[in-house]
Amino acid sequence: MDKFEAENYPDSNGHFGAYGGRYVAETLMPALLELEKAYYDITPDPAFQDEFHGLLHHYAGRPTPIFHAKRLSAHLQGASIYLKREDLAHTGAHKINNTLGQALLARWMRKKKVIAETGAGQHGVATATVAALFGMECNIFMGTEDIRRQAANVQRMKLLGAEVTPVESGTGTLKDAMNEAMRYWVGAVQDTFYVIGSVAGPHPYPAMVRDFQKVIGEEARGQISEEAGGMPDMLIACVGGGSNAMGLFFPFINDTVEMVGVEAAGKGVETGKHAATLGAGSVGVLHGSKSYVLQDENGQIQEAHSISAGLDYPGVGPEHSLLKDLERVRYVAINDSQALEAFQTLCTLEGIIPALESSHAVAQAMIEARRRPKGDVIVVNLSGRGDKDLGIVNQNPELGS
Amino acid sequence: MNRLHDMFENLKQKKEKALVGFVTAGDPDISVSLRMIISMCKSGVDILELGIPFSDPTADGPVIQRSSARALANGVSLGKVIGMTKKIREETDVPIILFSYYNPIHAYGNARFYQDALEAGADGVLVVDLPPEEADEMTDTWAGDGLSLIRLVAPTTPGERMKHIAESASGFMYLVSKTGVTGSDGLDTSEIGQHTELLRSVTQLPICVGFGISTPEDVAAVAAVADGVVIGSAFERLIEDNLDNPDLVSIITERVCEYKAATKL
Repeated sequence: MDKFEAENYPDSNGHFGAYGGRYVAETLMPALLELEKAYYDITPDPAFQDEFHGLLHHYAGRPTPIFHAKRLSAHLQGASIYLKREDLAHTGAHKINNTLGQALLARWMRKKKVIAETGAGQHGVATATVAALFGMECNIFMGTEDIRRQAANVQRMKLLGAEVTPVESGTGTLKDAMNEAMRYWVGAVQDTFYVIGSVAGPHPYPAMVRDFQKVIGEEARGQISEEAGGMPDMLIACVGGGSNAMGLFFPFINDTVEMVGVEAAGKGVETGKHAATLGAGSVGVLHGSKSYVLQDENGQIQEAHSISAGLDYPGVGPEHSLLKDLERVRYVAINDSQALEAFQTLCTLEGIIPALESSHAVAQAMIEARRRPKGDVIVVNLSGRGDKDLGIVNQNPELGS
Repeated sequence: MNRLHDMFENLKQKKEKALVGFVTAGDPDISVSLRMIISMCKSGVDILELGIPFSDPTADGPVIQRSSARALANGVSLGKVIGMTKKIREETDVPIILFSYYNPIHAYGNARFYQDALEAGADGVLVVDLPPEEADEMTDTWAGDGLSLIRLVAPTTPGERMKHIAESASGFMYLVSKTGVTGSDGLDTSEIGQHTELLRSVTQLPICVGFGISTPEDVAAVAAVADGVVIGSAFERLIEDNLDNPDLVSIITERVCEYKAATKL
């Protein structure tokens, strides 16, 4: 295994090895170059960092706790599972870390309008929230299928003053929402800041979003040393685009800790109806960067499938693509029914209702914990809470009754 | 042989500007599309931009999105578009530019694409989401310089960057008339004049202007300042309105004649 030298990535053109870059129309290039300059010049400024961390603390409620899930661990009769409680952050998911960072950067760049794509609606809510906080105009692009299955979040965005633009093209999911947000941005690029919600998209987004999310892993390092008396043996996080996973993994990347990224296997990878981009995809270009993507032999992007709207995406972050090739992170896939079972288990054993996205990570943790001795420590990123998913869960006859 | 260069020289002699026609290959179906394209090339289109359909056309407005989706539903792939190019080349000497997003070319293989496109009779390629920063990975695999790489310049492109883009361009420069996706309205011809002038100060190449040009009056206004006028969504809209009309080919051909007349000074 080659050692991943974190400080070498991305290079000056935004490449993570063979991945990343800026595959966009020329109209957007000047805006991306401006954003890149702002990201390198402004975000390291101590005044920016102070304001960012002040907001993370006083507004988003950080640090989020790390919680020893004792009943779940005892039930599995193996390793100890600790949950990094991103579900307790303001707006109910890790997404707020990144939107606070980007909205602050937008303000430093004197942009008054923000747009965002959203799948599960968590990033949309987090963007609408910071737009309200900073008094910015906000337009959220969301697929019509996701609007249907994540109705509560649509209502929240509207309450927060955002406009929600329904996207009917394709399957009406996250990929289509991102297509439409990019189209809108091409026409409004001079005064609009595009808040991308994952470690995907053109440079500098994958690096920038990772940097705004790495607070998760930085906190977890200190907390787990205190709670468990050392480094964890394993980190587990779900991967759609991959922002919560990069946020947890990145501060541990030069340690010996094992890392597992969990993609959505949907109805099963063998059925073709899944979102296991790293597990079953091939290298291509989507939404401005090169990464693993789900595509056919002609380079047409295929539809992803997952019960979880936030993982229902046929691309993945370029840094994850590199980490897969370097075998620094092991990527696995959990199907819809495994995720639902983990959802149910966490509800009844720990009194925590996880998001269906995070339930994929919990499901993998249950598999890993059973295989490992009692002294081992597994940290799971509980990236969001599951209130938004009650409608989906209730439709599932085997559960919730 | 350089069909693009010869064509621009020839038009200069005749005091005409180039009519650049974009159509998505294989819409409404491959055989009608072929008949229509050949008729367009024989009745006034000076440069053909042959669109390779893509599942996620993020630089295109709804009209070209739908034409792309129809072509994909007909099973059109990059390989089939190269096959169509060969057939069009048998019928006409009009320069052919393959217009694509990068992923279909990447999946086909960059080196193989160069070879096959050139053999089929294509003259250039325009890859809408491949800025100069990323283009080397494609052109480094090309076994020669037989294909022109058409470069885009946008209204947001600053002068310094324009110069940098122009240095690596060949064939002609494609100036995007306005910020926004293809087919959006609100053409500002005085702004186009300024951008064209700025671009002319950094390149000797002919300049073609596209995005949002739909009427013969628009064509005449843009032809007054540029070397070529690109029509895309307006053709696609007409195709969409006449999908099942047996007269589709003659309707499109008639429109080509109207646009072509507007390019004559």
